[in-house]
This record gives sequence, structure tokens and C-alpha cells, in this order.
Amino acid sequence: MTIGLGHYLTVSSVLFTLGILGIFLNRKNVIVILMCVELMLLAVNINLVAFSVFQGNIVGQVFAMLVLTVAAAEAAIGLAILVVYFRNRGTIEVEDINSMKG
Amino acid sequence: MLLQALAFYVFAAVTVASAAMVVVSRNPVYSVLFLILAFFNAAALFVLIGAEFIAMILVIVYVGAVAVLFLFVVMMLDINLTELREGFLKYLPVGAMIGIVLLAEILLALGILGAGSATMSGLNAHGAQVMAVDNTRAIGRVLYTQYFYLFQVAGLVLLVAMIGAIVLTLRSRPGVRRQKVGDQINRTKDQAMTVVKVPTRGGVS
Repeated sequence: MTIGLGHYLTVSSVLFTLGILGIFLNRKNVIVILMCVELMLLAVNINLVAFSVFQGNIVGQVFAMLVLTVAAAEAAIGLAILVVYFRNRGTIEVEDINSMKG
Repeated sequence: MLLQALAFYVFAAVTVASAAMVVVSRNPVYSVLFLILAFFNAAALFVLIGAEFIAMILVIVYVGAVAVLFLFVVMMLDINLTELREGFLKYLPVGAMIGIVLLAEILLALGILGAGSATMSGLNAHGAQVMAVDNTRAIGRVLYTQYFYLFQVAGLVLLVAMIGAIVLTLRSRPGVRRQKVGDQINRTKDQAMTVVKVPTRGGVS
């Protein structure tokens, strides 16, 4: 049996759903939420690369690289914000983050 | 062909299982380690499909940089683990429901696309396309010519992220003695040394 495009798309959709599920379940832990965002971006990358390969068009992989760049930047900024927040408040619970309310 | 299918199923199963462990794991450190495992297996999937360059970039960027950054932060922050787990069971029903509905929708869309449309079956009939040149060369040929500005913008994004992270986390604490290079350079011979006439048998007072 051959592995087709549908197999890859199924894996990526399951990964994406797991990422969303993780954001819902770990409502308090920002670090796990960031990791779940990374999982969702990975799912998107699998989609892009699978379509790119099965269409024989390399541009999808170039775009996957750009998604990877943005993911790395997002992780760096998110963790920096997290460190500053922890330094100021002593906790990382998301539900406590309302200090920017007017 | 059978071996390829077997490898695909193994890598896909491990990827999905470790992604699930990222979500449900009790300790954030374990979550990060499972995230690394998921990325490795996704890279293996990419190699299997013939996208070696993206696979290697995935390993280098995600495992080498992002996951280590996560591990650093998780270990650096002193987090109360039990408090963070409190809402888990409360949100489980609604979260699971949303997840199941979303997955069902996506798979349904995939199934309709796979069964009905000509594009999907056409793509599947081709199988994974073999490029005329190898993967890395093919990416380089478009990345540095057609998508050169996009490449530059990616660099700019990384620069902005780097500056942002530094600006966010840099702090000047009071009571820390720092080296003042200007003061050191501006010091003259008069300020720095004095000539003392030492009397015999007297010593320096």
C-alpha cells in the first residue's frame, strides 16, 4: 500500500487538533500553551510540505521555512515576555493576567 | 513500498502520541522533552516524503534552538506545578468536545476532498514527485532568486525578535558595581599616582 497525500494531511490535522486541545486544557500554564502553538505550527508545516511534494512545486517548502522563522521568533518573544512577567508577579498563571485592564 | 508505509505509520504514531503527551503531561519539563520527540519524528516524516532540507532545518531550529530555549525557561522559573494543573479536569469536557468536533470537521473535509475532487486523486496518482535536482538545490534556486526579498524579510523578523527579547529581559539592578570604561580612560597620571619621599628608617606612614 502506498502512502498518499491524505495520510499526511490526516497526521497534520490530528496534530493541529491536539494543539488546540492543549490550549483549552492547560488554561493556566503559559509555557504549555506556547508549546501547543508550536505543535500547531508544525502541523501547518506538514501540510505545506506534503502539498509541495505531491504537487512537485518547491515553493511550499520555501514557505514552510518562513513559517519556521516566524515560529522561532514567536517562541523567543513569548518566552521573554514570560520571564519578565514571572519576575514581576512571581507566577505564570494566565488567568491572573488582567493587570492591563483599564 | 511496504517498508515505506510501515516507517510512515511508526513515525506518525510516535509524533501524534508524543504530541498528546505534551498536552497531558504533568511536568512542563516532560512536555518539552516530548515536544522534542515530536519534532524529531516530524523531521523523519519529512525525510520520508523527500523534503530533506526542511527536515534538517526542523531539527536544527526546533530541537537545537526553540526546545532548548523552552527547557531553559522551564527550569529557570520556579513554578508551582500542582497549582498549574488545577483547571485541567474542569476544562476537559468542553475542550475534548471542541477538539472532537474540530477533528471530525477536518477529517470530513479531507474525506470529501479525497473522495470527490479530481485534484486530490490526481495528486495521489502522481505519488510523491521526484524532483530533477536534489531538494536543497531546488530550494536554493528559488529562495535566492524569486523569493529573495522574502528571505530578507525573514532575516528582519529574526532581528526584530532578537532585539525585542533583549530589550524585554534586560534590567538594570541598583547596587551592582559595573565597569565604567570612560572613567578608566579619562584617569590621568596625577590622579592615579603620587610620589612619596621615603625617609631612611622611617618607612611610609
